[in-house]
Amino acid sequence: MATILIVDDSASMRQMVEFTLKEAGHQVMVAEDGVMALNLAKGATSDLVITDVNMPNMDGITLIRELRALPAYKFTPILTLTTESTTDKKMEGKDAGATGWIVKPFNPEKLLATVNKVLG
Amino acid sequence: MAIDIGQFVQTFFEESLEGLDIMEAGLLALPPGAADLEQINTIFRAAHSIKGGSGTFGFKEVTDFTHVMETLLDKMREGQMAVTGEAVNNLLESVDCLREMLMAVRQNTDIDSARVGNLQGRLTRLLERNNTTSRTADATGNRGSTAPQPPPPPGGWLINFRPHLDLMHSGNDPVRIFRELATLGDLTVRPDFSRLPRLAEMQPEDCYLAWELELRGAASQEVVTEVFAWVEDDCDLSIEPLADTVAPPPAGATAAEEPGQGELLLERRGGDRRKSDRRGAGTAADSASIRVGIDKVDAVINLVGELVTTQSMLSALGVDFDMDRIDKLHEALDQLDRNTRDLQEHVMRIRMLPISSVFSRFPRMVHDISEKLGKLVELKISGEQTEIDKTVIEKIGDPLVHLVRNSLDHGIEPPAERGGKPATGVITLNAYHKSGSIFIEVGDDGRGLDRDALRRKGLDAGLLRPGEEYSDEQIHELIFHPGLSTAKQISDVSGRGVGMDVVRRNIQDVGGRIQIASQSGWGSKITICLPLTLAILDGQLVSVGHDCYIIPLLSIVESVQIRAEAINRVAGKGEVLRFRGQHLPILRLYEQFGAENAVTNLENGLLVVVEADGRQVGLFVDDLQGQQQISIKSLEKNFRRVAGVAGATILGDGRVGLILDISGLIRVNNAAT
Amino acid sequence: MATKTTDLATLSTHLKREVTATAEGLQYLTFILAGESYGIDILKVQEIRGWVAVTKVPNAPSFVRGVMNLRGAIVPVIDLRLRFGLESVEYTKTTVVIVVTVRSEQGGRIVGMVVDGVSDVLNINNASEIKDPPDFGTAVNTEFISGLVTIEAGMVMLLDVDRLLSIEEMFAVEAVRTADALHATA
Repeated sequence: MATILIVDDSASMRQMVEFTLKEAGHQVMVAEDGVMALNLAKGATSDLVITDVNMPNMDGITLIRELRALPAYKFTPILTLTTESTTDKKMEGKDAGATGWIVKPFNPEKLLATVNKVLG
Repeated sequence: MAIDIGQFVQTFFEESLEGLDIMEAGLLALPPGAADLEQINTIFRAAHSIKGGSGTFGFKEVTDFTHVMETLLDKMREGQMAVTGEAVNNLLESVDCLREMLMAVRQNTDIDSARVGNLQGRLTRLLERNNTTSRTADATGNRGSTAPQPPPPPGGWLINFRPHLDLMHSGNDPVRIFRELATLGDLTVRPDFSRLPRLAEMQPEDCYLAWELELRGAASQEVVTEVFAWVEDDCDLSIEPLADTVAPPPAGATAAEEPGQGELLLERRGGDRRKSDRRGAGTAADSASIRVGIDKVDAVINLVGELVTTQSMLSALGVDFDMDRIDKLHEALDQLDRNTRDLQEHVMRIRMLPISSVFSRFPRMVHDISEKLGKLVELKISGEQTEIDKTVIEKIGDPLVHLVRNSLDHGIEPPAERGGKPATGVITLNAYHKSGSIFIEVGDDGRGLDRDALRRKGLDAGLLRPGEEYSDEQIHELIFHPGLSTAKQISDVSGRGVGMDVVRRNIQDVGGRIQIASQSGWGSKITICLPLTLAILDGQLVSVGHDCYIIPLLSIVESVQIRAEAINRVAGKGEVLRFRGQHLPILRLYEQFGAENAVTNLENGLLVVVEADGRQVGLFVDDLQGQQQISIKSLEKNFRRVAGVAGATILGDGRVGLILDISGLIRVNNAAT
Repeated sequence: MATKTTDLATLSTHLKREVTATAEGLQYLTFILAGESYGIDILKVQEIRGWVAVTKVPNAPSFVRGVMNLRGAIVPVIDLRLRFGLESVEYTKTTVVIVVTVRSEQGGRIVGMVVDGVSDVLNINNASEIKDPPDFGTAVNTEFISGLVTIEAGMVMLLDVDRLLSIEEMFAVEAVRTADALHATA
């Protein structure tokens, strides 16, 4: 069981990801944007961060940079949720320090497979 | 594990519809030409979310359509495309179209594909016209899933993996990669220590090792490359067929492991499920739901906590009560009273929503109609965070639409006719709380009411008496009279037949009042006053014979005792009381309602002066009882509407009390005299 | 005519037991009005209550006695004698209100009706026992009577409650009556 931080401004996405991960037995923290996520991260460590890229207040790219600056999140796997089929967004995330990405749309099975891959 | 994503579809619809509202508001606020980057970004984000969600839930038409919108918005955001009026109008239309698509999907009805195709075509042409100079956008997004894959090599792969020093800084872990490779076949890992520095120079966070990996199995090169996808730029990588050949395992045994096929299977299963999910979502939409801020729920939980404390206090008191502790009992009962009141108030607050949900439709409406009419109009909205009961919100929408349309159509003049005023007219929408009621104002700086024309009509209709002087209020009041509209011609903007009388009736149906103030040439302002909630009202209990009635406190002006010499009997007008310089009609409630054993001598009872629709009347009752909050029950559910009665309630002694409908009573009184 | 009047409590328990006992046959709750016996479909009956004072409703036909509080719902109470145009009587200890569910265009309505007293539950095992109502000779307008059943003690008139207690029809009837009265005086 791992603790996973989910960041997405879309409620349906959050709900789906949260539900899927909880069903798989993980502990889940949920944030609606980068600012909220960063606040959560400052108070608690997590084993994995899954974040949307396009968000109000603080986008995913900035969040990744901020997280990597926190000692507790220096090596934490961070995955971006991206709809971009081009490589731009993936690479922008990577440049900011993301571990990898999950391409939207995805189904729960694919999400779990990727999460399990990262958590080992 | 099978997870049913259908349960999140409802949330997707809700957030998408909200997203569309955000897009619409954003588009309307976009100044043409000058691109407001933050604004466009907000619009883009909403489109982007809808696209992502619809993809996840399998609404392909929605995804495809939003994709084009998103591409267009992205160009605007990147400054590669100008924010023209044409583009904005097309996007606005697309927002409408998308809203209809979502509704269709939600209700499982057919999407108007002709309209979708037409709009999509227009958006694409806009893009293409723009693209003649810049490169074509990648609009398909499908990465060679149908392209034939190279056959797997006979034996396996020799992989040379040299991570850059900072590979682990991105949270990646070589061990994770090896673990994944091991699921694809037989893996042999040979580390290469050649880069390892002396211990003193070693940075613990860097990756000095490199590996040579031997993967024996039938995995294709693409699958193996995919394992390294996240670290592609963080390492030097070579993947080559193994030199020493081993016979491949039977093809069928490993084919199912290929991600491509596995996904296909899952998706087909998802497709089957989707139909029933959508139906489920459709029925769920019928049951009304309400979104409540967590703070409101917390407040209620806190209050329930207090109530429980009080209850246990009372129980403890009751165990062996003696008169010495009567003070304690009083104290606890007071507390119970307070708790109940607070709880009631907070529970009602759960039903309160900001009025912005009603106001938000107006920017678009004003934009569209003013364009159609060739008028320049600016809409100023304030107080949109004012909270109002959900049931009132549902009832207030149509009357407000009518009022704003009236202002657009009859109020604001075409630019050339605005005389000394600025060419751009202003319509204001404002909401605020005052003394337990909600006020909503719709104002404009247009023509205002034509007092003389109204007066003439009033005379023609016999509503006014020739030669008598009337105040502005009395004249303006006439526009609420059925059949008295001053508009010279019926336009297709302010619908036919439905007049201000209907607006007033709608407002009265929810227990509200409506007033108009106007100055010819300078504009009008209509003020609507509504109760905070429909379910509860502050009432004055009055007794008439054996019966007890409730008068809404909001409509009471004052209560007076009557002296016989102040009463006049006017032919054709009934009894009137000379009161504060005016003649106040007296309505004997016991006559009106046929109550028995009531006080009939005016000097022995009381006159409750009430006001509605700008008219006052004195209700004659036996006496006043207490004031209390009344929860309103429907009389119509099991019975029918009763003239002069707004509803019923259960009184403290369990009997039914009738709540008076003041404007109804005044109407009845007017009709009778 | 020999009829017995059972006390309320006994009848209420009887009611519940009987309803669950026979699902097959038809069951009618019988009651007395001006010496005549009437029956209504037991499935329509919600409960039977003793008479309590009600709140008068203005401008309603005389047979609408008022509204009462039935566990928080506002329920109209109809005097069946007045509804049938019979002589009204003082309410006594045995005067009861039968609370019934009535079908209407607005959905189910709950209405109370005042009768002289309830007597018993009538079991009809065979629908053929129910005869068509006569065209004449009853105290009650035959349009409200759905059938007749002969029992040892005499005859029971089965009532169409949906029709009889239709609020819309009541007010329509009243309007006609008022018009007739005006006509007569004119």
